[in-house]
Amino acid sequence: MADDQATLLDFWASPFGMRVRIALAEKDVKYEYSEQDMRTKSALLLQMNPVHKKIPVLVHNGKPVCESLIIVQYIDEVWKDKAPLLPSDPYQRAQSKFWADFVDKKIHELCRKIWAKKGEDLEAAKKDFIDCLKLLEGELGDKPYFGGETIGYVDIAFVPFYVWFHAYETVGNFNVEAECPKLIAYCKRCLQKESVSKSLPDPQKVYNFAVKLRKRFGID
Amino acid sequence: MGEVKVIGSSKSLFCTRVEWALKLKGVAYEYLEEDLLNKSPLLLKYNPVHKKVPVLVHDDKPIAESLAILEYIDETWKNNPLLPQDPYERAMARFWAKFADEKCLMRAFEAFWKEGREKEKAIESALESFAFLEKQIQGRRFFSGDDKIGYLDLAMGWIPHWLNVMEEVGGMKLIDAEKFPILHEWTQNFFEIPLIKECLPPRDALVNYFHFSMSYMRSMGANKQ
Repeated sequence: MADDQATLLDFWASPFGMRVRIALAEKDVKYEYSEQDMRTKSALLLQMNPVHKKIPVLVHNGKPVCESLIIVQYIDEVWKDKAPLLPSDPYQRAQSKFWADFVDKKIHELCRKIWAKKGEDLEAAKKDFIDCLKLLEGELGDKPYFGGETIGYVDIAFVPFYVWFHAYETVGNFNVEAECPKLIAYCKRCLQKESVSKSLPDPQKVYNFAVKLRKRFGID
Repeated sequence: MGEVKVIGSSKSLFCTRVEWALKLKGVAYEYLEEDLLNKSPLLLKYNPVHKKVPVLVHDDKPIAESLAILEYIDETWKNNPLLPQDPYERAMARFWAKFADEKCLMRAFEAFWKEGREKEKAIESALESFAFLEKQIQGRRFFSGDDKIGYLDLAMGWIPHWLNVMEEVGGMKLIDAEKFPILHEWTQNFFEIPLIKECLPPRDALVNYFHFSMSYMRSMGANKQ
């Protein structure tokens, strides 16, 4: 893979971008990180993701791959000789895809609602969010990671949202650790891995950014 | 290769794509029709998280989410591959299947049930998404290539039948031969394949279903105001 060229178009605070960073780190892939401005989208981003105009985009040997989980699967298939992210058994793979999809459909959606809603809608979103986290806790069980002994696809899909919890907790006035201590312990365990800690920004930095965002959008 | 069951609903486009995949692989299966207004203990046992169809049950092990099921089928029965081998081509197939489900289908559904100015906006939005599909298929007979259908064709398979009914019941047209000639031709080619036709729900049943669906959506929309 000596002539491989990989560039990641990303935004530091994006949990979707973080997923790709972790996957690339797990596989020890050398790549160029290209920070994108979310307010003024670059010509490169628009060229590489004309459909959604969003990050992350992994440009590998000139060809763009979009959508974070699709990128993670791509990384797993290209750099297949190191740190497999998905299990080899088809049934286990399907379960991993199911739970990663659950994170996308439920966790992400509910985070957005907690962010944007008030009053009754906010309370409902918080309750649903905690219920979903508890489901994930159940799925994790006694394993150190969703992937078993090592981190895998579902861990990569979920753990980036951890750095946003402080921001959501403050906005929603609740505490994830009080409700789901096992899950928070799991997140901290993930952060002890270099591939994760190097890929995730400081939650306080994320919180400060989130406060600025809310002011800019006039939510508060 | 074990006992295969599909828990599904005959009118669901997500379920039909699973049947198509099994038939393409020559896999025998038992189909269990689910009443979605009165969900069975079996469905609740096999998909406790979402309580939705389709669920593929292979030797008593359940797999949910239609696109994940298609990949499972492809990995378990290796004849007649659905997805390409090359990782970049696979990523492209997954990208367009996700785009079709999340944007094209969702927008088509809104264009179908909404009314007035909202309907017009939804139609515009849907047309924008379909324009991307038209570009994507350029030069090929099927999304997966010239000779045979695959994952992406199955993922798009709702267009010739379900979308056609939505257009009729919803009083709008999204895929016409003038605007999207290549996509239109694909719908004709796809629809003619015998094993595809075999699994389609009868048109009149779908028409009834979509009439019901439209009333339901409009009443929900009215309640929100």
